[in-house]
Amino acid sequence: MSGIGAACLFVGLLCAAYAAISGVYGGLSGRRQFVVSARRAFYCLAALLIGATAILQAAFLRSDFGYRLVAEGSSTDTPTFYKVTAMWATQEGSLLLWALLLSIFSSAVLFLTRDSLRAITPYATAVLAVVAGFFLLLTVVWVSPFDQLVQPPVEGSGLNPLLRHPAMMIHPPMLYTGYVGFAIPFAFAVGALVTRSVGADWIRATRRFALIAWTFLAAGIMLGALWSYTELGWGGYWAWDPVENASLMPWLTGTAFLHSIMVQEKRGMLKAWNVSLICMTFILSLMGTFLVRSGILESIHAFGASTIGTQFLIFIAIVVLGSVALVVWRLPDLRSTARLDSLLSREAFFLLNNLVLLALALVIFWGTFFPLISEAVTGTEASVGPPWFERLVTPLALVLVALTAVGPMVAWRRVTPAGLRKVLVIPVAVAAVTAGALLLGSDAGSSLTAVAMFCLVAFVLAVVTQELWRGASARRVMTGEAWPRALSSLIGRNRRRYGGYAAHAGLAVLMLGVAGSSAFAEQQDLRLAVGDSFRSGGWEITYDRPIARVGDDRAGTGAPISFGAQLTARRGDEFRTLRPSRNYYPAAGMEEGAIGRYFEGEATSEVDVRWGLGGDLWTAVRPDISSLRGSIEEADRKFAESDGDVRGLIITAIAEQYRRSPPPASFRAISSPLVSWIWIGGGILVLGALLAAWPAPQARMRRARSLYRARLGRDLTGA
Amino acid sequence: MRSASLAVSVNALVIMQAMDPSRKRRLRLVIALSVAVLLAGALVYTSFNAATEASTPSGLRSSVTPGKSYELTGKVVKGSIDRHGEELRFAIRDRDGSASVPVVYTGVVPDPFREGREVIVSGALERGTFNAERDSLVTKCPSKFTEDKQT
Amino acid sequence: MEYALAVIVFVALVALVVLRPLVAGNQDQAATQARRADLEAAKESKYREIRDAELDLGMGKLSRADHRAIDSELRAEAIEILRELDGLDGLSAEAAAGRDHARRAHGDESAG
Repeated sequence: MSGIGAACLFVGLLCAAYAAISGVYGGLSGRRQFVVSARRAFYCLAALLIGATAILQAAFLRSDFGYRLVAEGSSTDTPTFYKVTAMWATQEGSLLLWALLLSIFSSAVLFLTRDSLRAITPYATAVLAVVAGFFLLLTVVWVSPFDQLVQPPVEGSGLNPLLRHPAMMIHPPMLYTGYVGFAIPFAFAVGALVTRSVGADWIRATRRFALIAWTFLAAGIMLGALWSYTELGWGGYWAWDPVENASLMPWLTGTAFLHSIMVQEKRGMLKAWNVSLICMTFILSLMGTFLVRSGILESIHAFGASTIGTQFLIFIAIVVLGSVALVVWRLPDLRSTARLDSLLSREAFFLLNNLVLLALALVIFWGTFFPLISEAVTGTEASVGPPWFERLVTPLALVLVALTAVGPMVAWRRVTPAGLRKVLVIPVAVAAVTAGALLLGSDAGSSLTAVAMFCLVAFVLAVVTQELWRGASARRVMTGEAWPRALSSLIGRNRRRYGGYAAHAGLAVLMLGVAGSSAFAEQQDLRLAVGDSFRSGGWEITYDRPIARVGDDRAGTGAPISFGAQLTARRGDEFRTLRPSRNYYPAAGMEEGAIGRYFEGEATSEVDVRWGLGGDLWTAVRPDISSLRGSIEEADRKFAESDGDVRGLIITAIAEQYRRSPPPASFRAISSPLVSWIWIGGGILVLGALLAAWPAPQARMRRARSLYRARLGRDLTGA
Repeated sequence: MRSASLAVSVNALVIMQAMDPSRKRRLRLVIALSVAVLLAGALVYTSFNAATEASTPSGLRSSVTPGKSYELTGKVVKGSIDRHGEELRFAIRDRDGSASVPVVYTGVVPDPFREGREVIVSGALERGTFNAERDSLVTKCPSKFTEDKQT
Repeated sequence: MEYALAVIVFVALVALVVLRPLVAGNQDQAATQARRADLEAAKESKYREIRDAELDLGMGKLSRADHRAIDSELRAEAIEILRELDGLDGLSAEAAAGRDHARRAHGDESAG
């Protein structure tokens, strides 16, 4: 079957090449049938890649270790869920996933625009084909997912235990959906530039794809942060690591793009901004994909030079140069006809929004690539750490949150200061009251930045509430509906607007969590013996007893051995039990000893968190198994040749030894105020965006259309 | 006479108002560019100031400024891992063999940490031993490409 | 061997799908259809803008005077789009001229 899979990829590459050539020819010659042919080639490509993916997944599911990928990333005892998702833990599999998503999305957009945008679609098709072709070229020539091993091993290496977490498995497809999704508006922007039809047509056709891409990218980033918080032993959710930054940058420029296109749709301005922003977003998406596989930046994700780093670099360079050339060449066409009437206008605020988001992206870019920059400038490689990022990003983030509140209040073209004052008076009052309450009534004043952010969050939420209230009131005046109905029909009929407001509210809530947890978290690292206790964030925590489990794989991660601790946390009347532990996975070979290999393989920290709206109590433990070393070595000597059952008994005995006389273990406890609001805010953001993207039902659209036609018809006949 | 001067002043006003928008625009552009330059300056200045220089064990042996913070990269030497309660001691060697430096570290130890793995740790060299900053140990994952993250 | 066979089969299938439009030839009454689709999208967008302006007025974000100005401008743009759509429907030039005259009259009223 692997031959068929490889054939799918090769023929897919041919399809992509054909689509590119046919599309360009169809565009240049005006012969429509070639454009149709190119589109059909994409349909074929999607079908072929679905087939290839199915074949690869089947190999994973039946643990066919003849496939190198399956042998390296899976094993017979890997739980099924992780067998399915192991595909994109590998380089080859993730490239295939990228190409698959791209072919499906491209087919969808080309189908939807088959009767419109006649000038642009031929070139958009070609651009999408070239991008798909690049990824397929990588898999066909250099890193094929269907590589076979001459001597298939009996057992696979298994999935890296750190990845055995549901969030980590959904995280790559979500990120890729985001990255790939942005390729669609990028391709249409290129088509628009080439054909000089730089009106809002290309934006209208691809807006939903951009919004959905942005939403998935946001979800992917959040999942990565959640995984870091719940799976890793350090208790943080963002480390300003190059790979994290690489996913955040396109999201920031994508946010700017989504807002900026509104200005072009309404007033024909910021055309140059929009094409530039989408090109930047796509290039950053490619960089995000590339950075995980390259060796150019020291990061926990990057491991020496990868085999395809150079190819990626060349492709990105081509895209960069091509985009710059195109935009500069068509700059005369991109000049807007309208002018900025006033600085107190929504156009101006969107422009400011662009600048702030761009500044954020630039700061993060600079910090991420600083090792290369400093090497080029001073000859020595130096890097900047999280404190630098936080110092520069925080003020920009504060401005951004303020903008999400003020922006919707400012009308298009011009708003008078008096008018603005009228709409802002209540929200500003709310913010001021919040500030007063926080500074006087709590010790939050120790971090003025956090207080500022809290006030801005209150500001945003007040604005959104006010908008809902006023909008519903206006509807009631028009239709006389009751409050609940007015509210739901207001939101239902203005999904873009209120979905957007919900997303703003989500962002504010998210920043609430970030500010609370960054400024007021309390972290302690201690060594405790059984019975010791300590205090953290109002909790009194006691180390009750040790935990040692053998063969009891509750989390479904395939770990045979788990040592940990039971902690009791008490705060006032509240009483919680926390059980952080450490999972031990057996090492692959036998060098560590028949019994020793169970303790010398990979180990993961299984944290236990007491989730709370006011704050979390996060705990992790690192048991000290050095005292067991003697017993393990003795067991290695005596029971080297034993079978599985005997080994199981020995290990259970060793676990019992740990339980009976546990040495002091190392603990980390963090009490993080408000951190759960990050996840809640992220969820609201995603839901708001989905609401904004939701298409209105056809029946209602037809009714609205006929209504307007009638009214305008009256205007037409001068009645 | 009066109507003529009135006409002249009205004309002047009209001309002035007509000039203002473009002058206003130019002023806005100048302000925006100045802000951009200031931000860029802050960016460059703070980054070069706050950056930690990267180095390898052999690099530390050859040229080191005493007391200066470095970000040391290399592989953990086999058999060098030693845990003394809160303290972790190990040695780092260059990716390709040669020199090695002993390290003293406290703080969270990432899960993939073991012999032969590539690590990054920040700290300063004092009397031949690298005193690492707390929680600054980063361990890279062993395989060619694994989506993994540790601090 | 399996690989080569699969390649041949796939290429054949793909060629079947992909070359059909080339054989069928140019079918270009779709040109007007495409223009109509573009205009419909622009029209939807314009209707949304008119509705948004009405909502802003109801919520007090726009003054009556501002709304009147914006509304008449948007309506004029929408009328242009509708006219072009009607033109595609192939209505007579005379009817179009009659509408032109009425529109100009209406336009004069709103400007005055």
